[in-house]
Amino acid sequence: MSKRLSSILTPIIAVLLGVIVGTIIMLASGYDPVAAYTALWNGAFGDIYYTGEVIRQVTPYILAGLAVAFAFRVGLFNIGVEGQFLVGWLAAVWVGVSFDLPRIIHLPLAIIASIVAGALWAFIPGLLKARFRVHEVIITIMMNYVALHISNYIIKNVITDHKDKTDMIKDSATLRSEWLQSLTDYSRLHWGILIAIVCCILMWFLLERTTRGFELRSVGFNQHAAHYAGMSVNKNIILSMVISGAFAGLAGAMEGLGTFGYATVNGGFTGVGFDGIAVALLGANTSLGVFFSAILFGALKVGALNMPLEAGVPNELVDIIIALIVFFVASSYIIRVFLDRFTKKGVK
Amino acid sequence: MDYVIEMLNIRKEFGNFVANDNITLQLKKGEIHALLGENGAGKSTLMNVLFGLYQPEGGEIRVKGKLVKITNPNIANDLGIGMVHQHFMLVDTFTVTENIILGREITKAGHIDIKKAEQEVRQISERYGLSVDPQAKISDISVGMQQRVEILKTLYRGAEILIFDEPTAVLTPQEIKELIHILKTLIKEGKSIILITHKLKEIMEVADRCTVIRKGKGIGTVNVNETNPNELASLMVGREVVFKTEKKAASPKQDVLEVKDLVVKDVRGVTVVNELNLSVQSGEIVGIAGIDGNGQSELIEAITGLRKSESGSIKVNGKELINHTPRKITESGVGHIPQDRHKHGLVLNFPMGENMVLQSYYKKPFSKHGVLNFKEIYNQARRLIQEFDVRTPSEYALARALSGGNQQKAIIGREIDRDPDLLIAAQPTRGLDVGAIEFIHKRLIEQRDHGKAVLLISFELDEIMNVSDRIAVIFEGKIVAVVNPKETDEQELGLLMAGSNRKEAGADV
Repeated sequence: MSKRLSSILTPIIAVLLGVIVGTIIMLASGYDPVAAYTALWNGAFGDIYYTGEVIRQVTPYILAGLAVAFAFRVGLFNIGVEGQFLVGWLAAVWVGVSFDLPRIIHLPLAIIASIVAGALWAFIPGLLKARFRVHEVIITIMMNYVALHISNYIIKNVITDHKDKTDMIKDSATLRSEWLQSLTDYSRLHWGILIAIVCCILMWFLLERTTRGFELRSVGFNQHAAHYAGMSVNKNIILSMVISGAFAGLAGAMEGLGTFGYATVNGGFTGVGFDGIAVALLGANTSLGVFFSAILFGALKVGALNMPLEAGVPNELVDIIIALIVFFVASSYIIRVFLDRFTKKGVK
Repeated sequence: MDYVIEMLNIRKEFGNFVANDNITLQLKKGEIHALLGENGAGKSTLMNVLFGLYQPEGGEIRVKGKLVKITNPNIANDLGIGMVHQHFMLVDTFTVTENIILGREITKAGHIDIKKAEQEVRQISERYGLSVDPQAKISDISVGMQQRVEILKTLYRGAEILIFDEPTAVLTPQEIKELIHILKTLIKEGKSIILITHKLKEIMEVADRCTVIRKGKGIGTVNVNETNPNELASLMVGREVVFKTEKKAASPKQDVLEVKDLVVKDVRGVTVVNELNLSVQSGEIVGIAGIDGNGQSELIEAITGLRKSESGSIKVNGKELINHTPRKITESGVGHIPQDRHKHGLVLNFPMGENMVLQSYYKKPFSKHGVLNFKEIYNQARRLIQEFDVRTPSEYALARALSGGNQQKAIIGREIDRDPDLLIAAQPTRGLDVGAIEFIHKRLIEQRDHGKAVLLISFELDEIMNVSDRIAVIFEGKIVAVVNPKETDEQELGLLMAGSNRKEAGADV
């Protein structure tokens, strides 16, 4: 079996297995799986409004997925996408509420603020890794909590006067579009999806087509050989974290400038950053793969909301199915072994 | 005839590729049977068939005359076949005993009876003259000792037939001597041995018979005492092989590399290069002879910028380069064929094309304004692959997919093509067959004839004697003697490498 085919088949089989095991669980707990999956489908694609919502949900997923994937390609595990996402969200909204500028300046400025914030947030673990070999997983996890609480503090005490929510951003900083909304029966669909798609292309181009990407990939595969070839391993480690953080920060801007238009005090993590890990994993850390797996996760997330309404299946079951899919993707090695064995027998 | 193993007309295919084309190998009881072939000739495939890792498409295997089907390594074990792999399969953090009993633990009431196990290990090791410390950790013992542990592992499992896969590739000359002694002891104790190798000298020394395979086909089996290295080599390669590399006298000119009072520490902080002085001139090959661990690796790493130097001076073409970045040193005209091709030389998960521009990707024509030009990169790769006879399915194949010899040829091609003034070759022929070795030696001498300086580090005295114009002997981080290969012999070099003073201490460093 060609490598390409098996790398496409593996995630598909993982998804199918997740669905099958989900069916078994639903049957065991007395729900009708057919009705449930129908509800899931209808909730995602049954109505143009839902489809608009799916695309809206897919947007931050793509960017969070790219963030995880980019670091991963350079051999780093950025668990801090959630934190970078939060500071990006905050920075975008902060710029969005604080200035009165023409849209052509204000919107890009807010977006750039989110990118810079996310990049800076990821720069710290990158620097610590490069300079002192501190493991990035630990630092990024810690930085998530720092991000959560600092942004809560800033929203409460700096941007607002002890409120739990900022004002709406100025119209000049919004990603929302009357036209897109009207097209989708007034969903919250916004222009962000275009940014996300451009970022997919950008990541592919950067990694696969530039000299910088050549260095990043070399460091990802073999630091020793990269060092031998005269590349600066440390510089590339820091750079990869910064770019990864930039994607994550941008994902935050999608929520801050698009979906919500404000920032709130959060009791806990939003989960987008962590879902990004699953998106990247299912997408095999390539930009095209991330694009498709973000669509899947977005559809599951949005479609799930319809399952309790239409089929009486509790929301939690959908989380279980998503978890199962991730489980089977993570154990894709097993699937690959079976695929190999299956095709070997087929040849004989 | 009492054959313990007969592999008759074995055929193994991988897709369209025939790795073994009706090969026959018959092992007599109590003999050392060498299996000789170039890299990629199908030796390992054949042995993996015997060991149950691959299923043959045709042919049959008989053990002591009985037809058997070996579908997995456990069956091979049960039939008394044991394999000593080239890359050791040991758990570094376990002791010698723990490694040996792994999978066959002696238990007492649910926990391992380590005392009894150690006793058994000691018994076997004494019986076969394999001295090991049963309580030592694998990570603390030498490579030679690790290999003995691998051998003990097979003996502990009751192996009667031992397969050695390139056993000497990783050993020092001293350890090779010990191994040869061990092989002879094993035969005396009634074992039979298949020795996979492409080192003719070793075959001549220990083997009784030798089966030659070339490009997947069995060429035949010869009695070693009725043949000679030249005949074996031509059987293996399919043409005459020149051992003594032809070369004109060197015509050294100005100094290219000057190392003065260099001090380098290793990872543990121990000074391993200690005020070393060395010079290499244009148009000559200087060989560094020494026992592994006398500072060779650190010296090269210091010159190439991969390791920090403590003090001293490293000049290339008169330019001070100590503690500069590898990029700066590369651009100053230094080429480096690294000792460990997998660790440093290649990015195994990159296609060959990208590997061929590993140091020059940022230069024109391979990139422009920071964007790679794949057309030029792959043109370059195609050219080097052809010029240096790198056998690869295509320039798009991952470096991982190539055999060691072809990986090495690719690295050498890349380094020579950059046309460096100083070429550092660290064990450039390790693990390669005679054909590839001949090729590489020729290329090194060609560089020299073009007026380049070549620094060769090797643990193979033959190679050092054969290729070098001057031999610098390194001992405990110092160059203790510089000798002319024409005026010395292995005996003298061996003594110098072991630290004895040269009679005429007038050796000019």
